[in-house]
Amino acid sequence: MTPDLMEAGAEVRQHHAELEAQKESSGGRNASFGRLLTAGTPDFAHGVALYLDDVTVSFDGFKALNKLSLLINVGELRCIIGPNGAGKTTMMDVITGKTRPDLGTVSFGQNIDLLRLRENEIAEIGIGRKFQKPTVFEQLSVFENLELALKADRRARASLFSRLSGTQLDRIAEILTLIHLLPSAQRQAGLLSHGQKQWLEIGMLLMQDPKLLLLDEPVAGMTDEETERTAELFLSLEGQHSLVVVEHDMTFVDHLTQGKKKVTVLHEGSVLAEGLLSEVQANERVVEVYLGR
Amino acid sequence: MMMNTPAASPSTLLEPPRGLLSPKGWLTVAISLLVVAVLVPALNLLVPEGHVLHMSDYAVGLVGKIMCYAICALAMDLIWGYTGILSLGHGLFFALGGYAMGMYLMRQIGRDGNYQSDLPDFMVFLDWKTLPWHWAVSDSFVLQMLLVLLVPGLLAFVFGFFAFRSRIKGVYFSIITQALTFAAMLLFFRNETGFGGNNGFTDFKRILGVPLAQPSTRMVLFVLTGLVLISFYLMARWIVQSKFGRVLQAIRDAENRVMFTGYNPLAYKLGIWTLSALMCGVAGALYVPQVGIINPGEMSAAASIEIAIWAAVGGRATLIGPIIGAFFVNGAKSWFTQAFPEFWLYFLGALFIAVTLFLPNGIVGLFQRPGGIVGLFKKNKGEQA
Repeated sequence: MTPDLMEAGAEVRQHHAELEAQKESSGGRNASFGRLLTAGTPDFAHGVALYLDDVTVSFDGFKALNKLSLLINVGELRCIIGPNGAGKTTMMDVITGKTRPDLGTVSFGQNIDLLRLRENEIAEIGIGRKFQKPTVFEQLSVFENLELALKADRRARASLFSRLSGTQLDRIAEILTLIHLLPSAQRQAGLLSHGQKQWLEIGMLLMQDPKLLLLDEPVAGMTDEETERTAELFLSLEGQHSLVVVEHDMTFVDHLTQGKKKVTVLHEGSVLAEGLLSEVQANERVVEVYLGR
Repeated sequence: MMMNTPAASPSTLLEPPRGLLSPKGWLTVAISLLVVAVLVPALNLLVPEGHVLHMSDYAVGLVGKIMCYAICALAMDLIWGYTGILSLGHGLFFALGGYAMGMYLMRQIGRDGNYQSDLPDFMVFLDWKTLPWHWAVSDSFVLQMLLVLLVPGLLAFVFGFFAFRSRIKGVYFSIITQALTFAAMLLFFRNETGFGGNNGFTDFKRILGVPLAQPSTRMVLFVLTGLVLISFYLMARWIVQSKFGRVLQAIRDAENRVMFTGYNPLAYKLGIWTLSALMCGVAGALYVPQVGIINPGEMSAAASIEIAIWAAVGGRATLIGPIIGAFFVNGAKSWFTQAFPEFWLYFLGALFIAVTLFLPNGIVGLFQRPGGIVGLFKKNKGEQA
């Protein structure tokens, strides 16, 4: 292959990529031959955002996850419930690269094997995670917290010279309004209330513009009013983003699923039941697990 | 206090003032420049001895030495105050820079040593006939100055790479750095290593052919140290005000969140760690010709811990604080060791405890409280009530 040929090939590819970008879909279908995949972008053509298969994690013989299999569709909002120690947080650790499973596969779209990537790489390809305990940068201002989360070049050298553009400022202002923290933009994040920190962390996730959001107990410590606003926020995100919400608060789950979305019950590291909230609540085994014998 | 009302327009809310320094800050920098480059040389060289305003050679030497320490404290602030990584091995980088300069100064002695040999005295004493390999470029000022940067920088880079990649954090990292400097001290104590054993290097005669004892030479070194300190301060200010600096603080506050936000902390930590070591190396190289000696004592555990104490006493994560801390502690040290030599260590210990208990933000923290020093007492009263 001569350099000329390679250059010509690159040009053709560039041309096709530009054409592809203009198209909304290919003739009403997402999947088609000749579709160009950019490296590092998940392929959602088959409608699956996250795919966990037979994932097993054990800590000193204790199986935190036991052959867990789970499918999250693109744009889906999935609530995951389960008693303490069911493996909910471990599952999130596996997806975000914090814990490596002993067995199983985890993929994002159909092409990205998450088990090969490090935490920061997983975050960069579009998976955002909110921790159980709100984690924000306490010594920085609310504004600076969002600025760091803003989708931009993450490399060290680029950070030295980075300046915010007008569009980026607008984006930050937009998120600040959305999370009701605009008046506190210059406050130190450590001084916010627990509920506000939760919101700030959610805001930071949104700044990253992730395709999949993993939310670990997002409404813990929030007032009823805040909880309701959070539910509305999540419902507004549904469709454009895929969401996985781990929660104990059944009213919140009920509000999110609106009686028609699937809920997954985890128990001892695998899926115990899946279905509508009313169905799983009526499921005998689920009741048994939650209430004990 | 910055309190924003919801009525303010979004743009004023969002764009915080981000000049490198406030006008007051620039004025302070300008005054420091004048003091270092004009006032001190004039008071020392032009004002006749015995005059009230004359600044003695001793005072110039002392301030010059403390400015070298202040560079180390500043370097410590970048890595500890801003990034949250406590290094108890920065004395090693300081000493390595010092040794690199010392090697050049040893070669500058030429045949004026006690044994009138081409080789440094300690080598003659050991009955060595030729220079060991690591002294190969010691005759060249330029190459040896490159080593001042390269040796601490490279060591820090390699050590940091493995430590940060293995995600060694907190107290474990501190202990390893402490062990590193201790191991290096043992190595440098050995005569076979070729760095003069426990005596180190001393008896320097000249630098770049100019006698070191000459007042003007000492003054040039003093001014140079002052300029380096001020430029390092400005550079550090620039770094911590960039997005890079905010990522460093984010790493200090919640490293997990930094990773899950898509940043790779390794590059950031390694960058600031290496820079910090380089700064210490430069400080060491400036220190040796002014003080006239370098020995493995600079690599002792206590020497590295002292750097951390200066930073803590002055006020972490303030940049100016550690510089003030270095001046305060070392000023007190030179006065105490003359007035009550036996009590210095007790005083240092008491000072550290007092700062930890009452001044978590150091000396600078005193002035940042609403109401200044008076506010401190008022607040304490309020807490007791």
